Amino acid sequence: MNGKVTSISGATVCVDLPDLKVGDRVFVGVSRLTEEVVRLDGTIATVQVFEETRGLGIGEPVATAHGPLTVRLGPGLLGGVFDGLQRPLPQLQKNSGNFIASGQDPFPLDCSRRWDFSTKRKVGDLLHAGEAFGKVKEGHLDHLLLTPQDGILAQLHSGELQLDQPAAILEDNQILHGWHSWPVRNARPYRAKLPPTTPLVTGQRCLDFLFPLLKGGVAIIPGGFGTGKTVLEQTIAKFADVDVVVYVGCGERGNEMAGLLDEFSELEDPRSNRPLMERTIIVANTSNMPVAAREASIFTAVTIAEYYRDMGLDVLFLADSLSRWAEALREISAALEEMPGEDGYPTYLGSRLSGFIERAGVVETLAGGKGSLSMILAVSPPGADFTEPVTQACLRVAGALYMLDTHLAHRRHFPAINWTQSYSLYSDTAMAHFTEQHEEWAALQARCRDILQREDALREVAEVVGMEGLQDVDRLLMRTAEKVRLDFLCQNSFTDDAYTAPHSTIGQISTLVAEHDRLAAALKDGALLDDLLENTLKEATDAPL
Amino acid sequence: MRLSEHQYRSVSAVRGPLLFLERVFAARLGELVRIESPDGRSLTGEVLQVSEDQVLVQVFGGTHGLDTQHTTVSFSDAVMRAPLGAGVLGRVFDGSFRPRDNLPMFIPEFHMPVIGAPINPVARAHPIEFIETGFSTIDGLNTLIKGQKLPIFTCSGLPAREMTDQLLRQARLPDGGPFVLVFVAIGLTHFEYQFYRQTLEHMQSRFVAFINLADNPVVERLLAPRLALTVAEDLAFRQEMDVLVVITDMTNYCDALRELSTAREELPGRRGYPGHMYSDLASLYERAGRIHDRKGSVTMIPTVTMPEDDITHPIPDLTGYITEGQLVLSRELHQKGIFPPVDVLPSLSRLMQNGIGEGQTRKDHRELANQLYRTYAKGCDLRRLEAVVGRDGMLADDRRLLDFADRFEADFVHQGKNRRTIDATLDIAQVLLDAFREVTR
Repeated sequence: MNGKVTSISGATVCVDLPDLKVGDRVFVGVSRLTEEVVRLDGTIATVQVFEETRGLGIGEPVATAHGPLTVRLGPGLLGGVFDGLQRPLPQLQKNSGNFIASGQDPFPLDCSRRWDFSTKRKVGDLLHAGEAFGKVKEGHLDHLLLTPQDGILAQLHSGELQLDQPAAILEDNQILHGWHSWPVRNARPYRAKLPPTTPLVTGQRCLDFLFPLLKGGVAIIPGGFGTGKTVLEQTIAKFADVDVVVYVGCGERGNEMAGLLDEFSELEDPRSNRPLMERTIIVANTSNMPVAAREASIFTAVTIAEYYRDMGLDVLFLADSLSRWAEALREISAALEEMPGEDGYPTYLGSRLSGFIERAGVVETLAGGKGSLSMILAVSPPGADFTEPVTQACLRVAGALYMLDTHLAHRRHFPAINWTQSYSLYSDTAMAHFTEQHEEWAALQARCRDILQREDALREVAEVVGMEGLQDVDRLLMRTAEKVRLDFLCQNSFTDDAYTAPHSTIGQISTLVAEHDRLAAALKDGALLDDLLENTLKEATDAPL
Repeated sequence: MRLSEHQYRSVSAVRGPLLFLERVFAARLGELVRIESPDGRSLTGEVLQVSEDQVLVQVFGGTHGLDTQHTTVSFSDAVMRAPLGAGVLGRVFDGSFRPRDNLPMFIPEFHMPVIGAPINPVARAHPIEFIETGFSTIDGLNTLIKGQKLPIFTCSGLPAREMTDQLLRQARLPDGGPFVLVFVAIGLTHFEYQFYRQTLEHMQSRFVAFINLADNPVVERLLAPRLALTVAEDLAFRQEMDVLVVITDMTNYCDALRELSTAREELPGRRGYPGHMYSDLASLYERAGRIHDRKGSVTMIPTVTMPEDDITHPIPDLTGYITEGQLVLSRELHQKGIFPPVDVLPSLSRLMQNGIGEGQTRKDHRELANQLYRTYAKGCDLRRLEAVVGRDGMLADDRRLLDFADRFEADFVHQGKNRRTIDATLDIAQVLLDAFREVTR
């Protein structure tokens, strides 16, 4: 059945088409723009267009896709670059050139590629939804082909498989392909949520040591512009010890995405020695791409992340930035003339956000395995004011806060993580884990915090009396704290220093603390700090290089 | 496609720059319309919103003299397109693409929609080529890269104009070649425009200018940068030139956006600016860049005047979230007589890391820049302490840091009208750091 367009205002379009459901995908106009139904009123549906609506006219035809907005899940996603609606960007470039044209809908997966299909199942086996009926090798991972529904296997493919061929047939004649569709707004099911227990090693000394994250945990990184959110997210994307990374550039810069693509295709994953892109999936919806697609992009990406989690893998989801998603939500809400809440954001911002963030976690999958989905989400508070609604809404559900400090960034202290205001609720669990390997971990962490805290207090004193007026013990502490800040907490993402393994993190900090203790002991015996420092300097210059 | 041009005399309301029409057949969003006023004036407009019973048109050029009885509106069945071709070079246009230089309109080779399509992120080439601007604070510490968008955040009364002018005269591409300048004036005063005219003359015919002066229609302030960027994209990605887009002043653009948004009765956001201002600004700024299989590039330097010198004001704030860094001018440095008064601490070039070092600038560039920053930042921190205890009450090491900060401003930041090569800039940095190390030894 065909309907027609009755009104257009920006990306919000009203169409007259009966039998639609909220969330249904429709195609609008002669150029078949993709839309999603957001409101129904009799036969008039208000739809949100994911593409540029300029040029769309009243009375143009509307057709339904008979179902909601979905992602296509199957082998070949790894290494892919998609827009917010999972359209493959390299394919779009082939079809329409360097600029993105509207009305395109290429299939996101490569159907001509041949996959080595193998299975331990046999005809007659009973399959439950979420269980694998076979696997293919995708890069160095075993990509399990999961059935979306229950059934008894009637036929099984063998040998090389293409995605447009049937991979298996069930007894009710239902054909299983190597891929299946899943609605982006529906979280994928699992048997049970488990408590997160294993640390997620990021290779960032400040994070791993002071504010560790767990696999299945959620961290947010709020920071004003220029505080290094993107660099931090990308560095973590490179070095985190997970199997799959899903990176969403949500309403951010095109040049940054280009840089990320360049770098990731050149770099190697330090653990598998394979190209980094082989474990990465990028969803790029830059700030100048349509706003509604930006709103959908994080759901598209998280559904892909859940799909890999369901194979029993550790998946890390990185979004840059969640504020842009919230702003897209605000624009859509304003266009629908909904009653605004705080700062113009819709009042359902908090519930929508927590619904999304709760898709993270460690789960027992439907097939009985254990997979994890961790999230690190950048937030861009306007004017670096952390009291704004998006940061606050995130704080209610996130387990770790990595607060980026404009003042630190101006001094080129990167990553500009403020060590007094950041926190991690996973700290105790992670620490128990780390302490098993390095027993001094917890004690050193406490020492390090203490040194940094005392430096803050001393600096206030120094501002009144000057450094001259401080005692030698205090000056020594100030010196050690400076070393901790500059040599340990600072980490240059553009050099070899970008990644530090936990054992060398602990090594570095224990050296700093040991030197402090040695000098402090000497002071106690009556030595003068200036003499001690001069000796240290001499030893350092005399030492063979 | 409609076969005939539709004309209507069904204007039901005129409100600010907006026109409401009734009983329009098959109007399109973004459709270009021509408006004949009762006194015979011809204006253009664009369809902003359509429903079954009403069409909302935004009029470019004031709505003075329009009425509901005799005003005729013709619908063109096409979205607004900019005329393009080699003939644009050396010309000055107004915010609606009409010649301002008393010459006849050039003959366009073809037309392109004014609202450009987004560049496919995978088609983008990552900007890595160094541009030598001749300013030490930019080249040395906040390096400008071809394809970057790097705004100047200024305060009223600071010499952003002189800085832009000097930058246009001095900037050199990596291969030594010149830029083609696309200059966009938004809400500029006649006084300021006089100044920039000399710069344009200096560029000979390697420029295109779009001028919307302070007393020109407000709606054209939204149009002028889009026309300019459509031209810039054509010059860069079809004619393969290196284009530098200078937009001054984005604050006037945002105020025009606010004015229009209020007229449309949209919900106001922070400080009355519309909630979609981020996306709107991104649709301009993101048109800068490079493309893999094309030689040309679009580099953008917008000027943003921070209202009340406040960097957290929505205009500089949203700009900073989209652009690849910012150059922040400081009133304090200006009062010390330093030109250009760039405060390097809050300034940043996000693409700098890729464009410096061996093969681009010099091997020691990164290390020198890091040391300058660290040392200057320490010195600036100590100035607060100095204000309390006085320089005499401070440790010798701290006094040296303070001296370094002073010398850095006088020798490195300050350069007056001189152009410095990157080598000269790095040499000064080396001398400053060597002298500092000498005294701390």
